[in-house]
Amino acid sequence: MALAFERRLTRHWGDPEVVGLDGYLARGGYEGLRRAVSMTPEEIVEAVKASGLRGRGGAGFPTGMKWGFVPRDTGKPTYVVVNFDESEPGTCNNRELVEREPHRLLEGTAIAALAIGCTTAFIYVRGEYLWQALVLERAIREAYGGGFLGPRIAGSDRTVDIVVHRGAGAYICGEETALLNSLEGLRGQPRLRPPFPAVEGLYACPTVVNNVETLMNVPDIIVRGPEWFRELGTDKSPGTKMVTISGKVERPGNYEVPLGTPFRTVLEELAGGVLGGRALKAWTPGGSSTPLLTAEHVDIPLDYESLAAAGSMLGTAAIMVMDETDCIVDAAARMVRFYAVESCGKCTPCREGGWWATRVLDRLEAGFGRADDLPVVRDLGRNILFRAFCALADGTASVITSSLRHFADEYEEHVRLGRCPLGVPHLEEVAS
Amino acid sequence: MTEAFPGGAIEEARAIIARYPAGRERSALMPLLYLAQSIEGYVSREALRAIAALLQITTAEVEAVASFYTMYRLHPTGTHVIGVCTNLACKLRGAVAVLEAAREATGVGSSGHGVSPDGAFTVHEEECLGVCDHAPAVQINVANHDEVTPERMRELVERLRAGEVPTPARGPAFASFREACRALAGLEPAPPTPGGGA
Ligand SMILES: Cc1cc2nc3c(=O)[nH]c(=O)nc-3n(C[C@H](O)[C@H](O)[C@H](O)COP(=O)(O)O)c2cc1C
Ligand code: SF4
Ligand code: FES
Repeated sequence: MALAFERRLTRHWGDPEVVGLDGYLARGGYEGLRRAVSMTPEEIVEAVKASGLRGRGGAGFPTGMKWGFVPRDTGKPTYVVVNFDESEPGTCNNRELVEREPHRLLEGTAIAALAIGCTTAFIYVRGEYLWQALVLERAIREAYGGGFLGPRIAGSDRTVDIVVHRGAGAYICGEETALLNSLEGLRGQPRLRPPFPAVEGLYACPTVVNNVETLMNVPDIIVRGPEWFRELGTDKSPGTKMVTISGKVERPGNYEVPLGTPFRTVLEELAGGVLGGRALKAWTPGGSSTPLLTAEHVDIPLDYESLAAAGSMLGTAAIMVMDETDCIVDAAARMVRFYAVESCGKCTPCREGGWWATRVLDRLEAGFGRADDLPVVRDLGRNILFRAFCALADGTASVITSSLRHFADEYEEHVRLGRCPLGVPHLEEVAS
Repeated sequence: MTEAFPGGAIEEARAIIARYPAGRERSALMPLLYLAQSIEGYVSREALRAIAALLQITTAEVEAVASFYTMYRLHPTGTHVIGVCTNLACKLRGAVAVLEAAREATGVGSSGHGVSPDGAFTVHEEECLGVCDHAPAVQINVANHDEVTPERMRELVERLRAGEVPTPARGPAFASFREACRALAGLEPAPPTPGGGA
């Protein structure tokens, strides 16, 4: 299937002018905000609801519905918080979206602010995205100068300020309630929900947290309408999705595709196939926390429902590709180590289970595995899943369970041979 | 109590606090830690106390936050901080050899706080840096270098040693980790100090 469609989020990619305000305006930028200031908040929320836009940060929650949950009569301020923490391994589309068209994010954020009556929005940027934070800050200065931020935006009587807040190297701060704690100057540990952020979020005020890509879809929905938005994608997963494909492919990169595009199309047409023409072995469909799939699953459509039906998740649509020469135990050990290192320490299954699983997997990969290690990791996976305080630990469980589901033989071979059958190098300190 | 900040940066500290809504001063804690780090290269005890006094919280509360996040260093760092991602997308593309090359070329061991004997370098193994499309990904003073090979890593270290500032793949280069921390605090670059002690 040849992929042909009108690109949306990436239609100006490669055009250096669109990074600046003048270039963005010359290509129709801030038209959505101009229209939104003459709409009521309810009309904005209705348009986003009708579009069927679902959150692109991983969970796929309907965006318009989330905005609709924000109570209007509490007498408290409301906040929009942009989740630009993007730290799920394999994921980097938010980075490139912001580098190439920062004003589209500011415009989407300002429209969200109008929809929930917010006057101060925050963009939480992971610390490692230092350049991208600087790009945003420059765009914000331009937008203030052009009257698209600050008092009386786009000629209206509405005020919207945007403040950039940098994280400092903690994956858990992508989890929305940990993010809010971090923004309040606390350790980034998740909060008990309910209350959900829509009711009690930042500073215990009603708050909407949205992903960068989610918000960047909003200006077009306002300008071109919900029906136009639904022309691409599937009925339940409308629109396009940014996909990051990395690892063993010829052309790693960020690509925009209509939701429902088969993985094969992304792999072969966009990414140029598996590196060096080797055979596909395994892939993560949505970052390392989503259950691994194999070459058998190459024709799966990339959308929320199809991946769920295949026992995995769309997640952040971050596809990491492993070929026939790559070792699954090594990959699983590395992915699980990530969730162990990034555990916030609040709950036991994650804090202790992640470390334990890492030690056993490292031992297996280094050739010191024992026959009874396999039931141990399998058990760990089962006992962590859905038993931790937040979804971070599900990443640990999903790596273990899915790698064992598809590649149990390879684990057993490690034990039998007393070494990695594929001879993948590991860090020397791991072996000890 | 008189307000003070390491390096006399009290005005800058106040400007950072003013970014946040009135009554929400504590939100300035993270950028203030970056500010302290931009002055001393790490977050010292003195900085923890100064920030606590400014925000009217306890030193323990500040330390709890500083110790939670990996980008705050509680021990002195090298002039340049090199981060090598070894997460999956980078590992599949040879990142382990890049990390080993970085340690070898700088003389930083894998133990301790990872500072080279000459004090020029800290090497840090990183989790996904969000540049998986250009793996293996490296950051030098928080600026990105793409598709780094072990040879390229050694060359980058040599150039830093020679006092050069290698051009990153995107965005500006920072001449030192401290300079990067200024940008992380959301501040403009500092004017050069006489004697050049960046
Ligand atoms: C451990 C963990 C990490 C997460 N990291 C991110 C992230 O980096 N960016 C993001 O947008 N959402 C992330 N999420 C999802 C957020 O909690 C939240 O659902 C999302 O920001 C909501 O925005 P959306 O509805 O626009 O997707 C993460 C969730 C978990 C459990
Ligand atoms: S699951 Fe892990 S990250 Fe989440 S609250 Fe528990 S310890 Fe923290
Ligand atoms: S895995 Fe290295 S940058 Fe993402």
